Amino acid sequence: MSPSSATDTAKVDAPAQPTSRFVMGNVACAEGALAVGCRFFAGYPITPSSEVMTTMANRLPEEGGVFVQMEDEIASISALLGASWTGAKAMTATSGPGFSLMMEGFGYGAFTETPLVVVNIQRAGPCTGQATHIGSGDVLQVRYGSHGDILPIALSPWSVQEMYDLTIRAFNLAERYRVPVFLMSDEGVGHLRESVVYHSDFTVTNRLRGGPQDEPFDTVEPDGVPPMPRFGDGAKLLVTGSTHDGRGFRRIDHPDVHDRLVRRLVDKLEHQTDDIVRVERYHLEDAEVAVIAYGFTARAAWAAVERLRERGVRAGLLRLQTLWPFPAREIAALGSTVKRLLMPELNLGQLVLPARAATHTEVVSLTQVNGLAISPTTIMERLEAIR
Amino acid sequence: MILDDIRQYLRPGLAQTTFCAGCGHGLILGALLRAIDAEKLDMSKTVFVSGIGCAAWIPSPHIDADTLHTLHGRAVAYATGVKLANPELTVIVVSGDGDLSSIGGNHLIHAARRGVDLTVLCANNQIYGMTGGQTACTTPLGAFTSTAPKGNVHRPFDLVELVRAAGSAYAARWPVSRPIEMTRAIRHALQRPGFSMVECISPCPTHYGRMNKQGSIREIHAAMDQNCITPDQAAELTRAERLQRIVVGEWIDE
Repeated sequence: MSPSSATDTAKVDAPAQPTSRFVMGNVACAEGALAVGCRFFAGYPITPSSEVMTTMANRLPEEGGVFVQMEDEIASISALLGASWTGAKAMTATSGPGFSLMMEGFGYGAFTETPLVVVNIQRAGPCTGQATHIGSGDVLQVRYGSHGDILPIALSPWSVQEMYDLTIRAFNLAERYRVPVFLMSDEGVGHLRESVVYHSDFTVTNRLRGGPQDEPFDTVEPDGVPPMPRFGDGAKLLVTGSTHDGRGFRRIDHPDVHDRLVRRLVDKLEHQTDDIVRVERYHLEDAEVAVIAYGFTARAAWAAVERLRERGVRAGLLRLQTLWPFPAREIAALGSTVKRLLMPELNLGQLVLPARAATHTEVVSLTQVNGLAISPTTIMERLEAIR
Repeated sequence: MILDDIRQYLRPGLAQTTFCAGCGHGLILGALLRAIDAEKLDMSKTVFVSGIGCAAWIPSPHIDADTLHTLHGRAVAYATGVKLANPELTVIVVSGDGDLSSIGGNHLIHAARRGVDLTVLCANNQIYGMTGGQTACTTPLGAFTSTAPKGNVHRPFDLVELVRAAGSAYAARWPVSRPIEMTRAIRHALQRPGFSMVECISPCPTHYGRMNKQGSIREIHAAMDQNCITPDQAAELTRAERLQRIVVGEWIDE
């Protein structure tokens, strides 16, 4: 089953005059969720993500949705998983320590194919770290932090507008592929205030419910997305985090059932990278050196590249809007056209690892873990040094 | 033997349960289904949520309705999401003492505090059965387990007191040797709006019974029954004495 036929999409009527507002990224995230139909939010306060929750606490009841403050982050994602099986589009928002707790629920969501959206406003870790400062140390955790083989979808916004747009996209991908989707933002973008348009120029993807003949947990294809019935419709669902067959029965000692399930859940995403992976390219046509960047750091990289261009240096930028599945093909193609690549990150070099695996061209790692954003000057100087 | 009055609520195609000989969990399943039958619940609008452990397998896969078999300790948190997202559903949690009150203890007390309309059945066998008979937070003082080879030195929870202190609307406790009272309590819990819990004391002859030399299942049931006292009788005892007995009855908070 192709992903387009696995879902039904509906065009939202555009309003007459979408107005521009000046708001915080975390607020735009909440508005994006509401616009795409999120009607359930469960969360636990944590800096620097709390404005997502407080906005939802005020706005969700106005839209006929349900807001609940839970006792911790494990309970928050657990409540989302329960709510999603009633058919609701559900979201939570957290940061560092809370994100670690949510790894448990992510595993359940991936294995039971339960759509939901987790917003991570990354702060400077590890541990409690610097709660009010920027970091991006969770970009490998989202890939490898839950036990067993799971491939996540993770998106990375770099502007307040993208906090709105990519939250919408996160829900659409969650519904299309029946998976938890992560909005891997950071304190910089989350607390940034800039202009945003709450437009309605997007399609809304809704999960297919299927019929009695459909199995809710398997497809004929080894990489398909089964339709998802909901509680209360008489489907007599068997939802379990144990290894299960297509009808949901526990099959905890069948090698073939486990093998097929684990591979399908990874392949249903890995075989759809054309649909999921998105990057943006700046000045790459004739670039001799290029930066690969994501999140708030990509803004500094963009400024660095623009300044170098003014000086006649042929620099470019590949901005990763999708972090997972990893844009390996896009980096491989870029590597074949430039002399060297630079990857600035607010961690000790995390996504530089898959980037180096994707290309034979040298990828220089620029790391900063002091709780401050990387400046354009820092990136500019390093680019000049390696070109 | 499955009696005809509850067969209609069981998922077709299942020949037997996975419970050990003498386990009380099948009796809890029977009591629950008879209460559902008496209350005439619409099974297409009823969701059964469980965690991890032997008791989590009481509803999943046996009950022929929507079932959500979740992660260890999390059943009540998942159930909170189900109920709040669709209040028209009747949500029943069935899980064990370790699942609900140890790893899931925080979810349990907060659900009781919030007063979300859930009915929780806690199958309390006073031990971790599925993992091999380790000490639970409900294991009596002095009892032997695979992690307390010289006897348990920590006091057990009184789960009824726990959820009442947290704000439960209804709490009850009965052993599986009193199935009629247990069924009636489950009916009352289902009727009651808000958070309700029925603690179902259930023997684990495989682990608890063997390590504590409790004898045959007939002897275990007889001893369990003799150990029951009423709240009035319990009022005459010290806390330490009460924790060695099974205080049975209903506790309704207006």
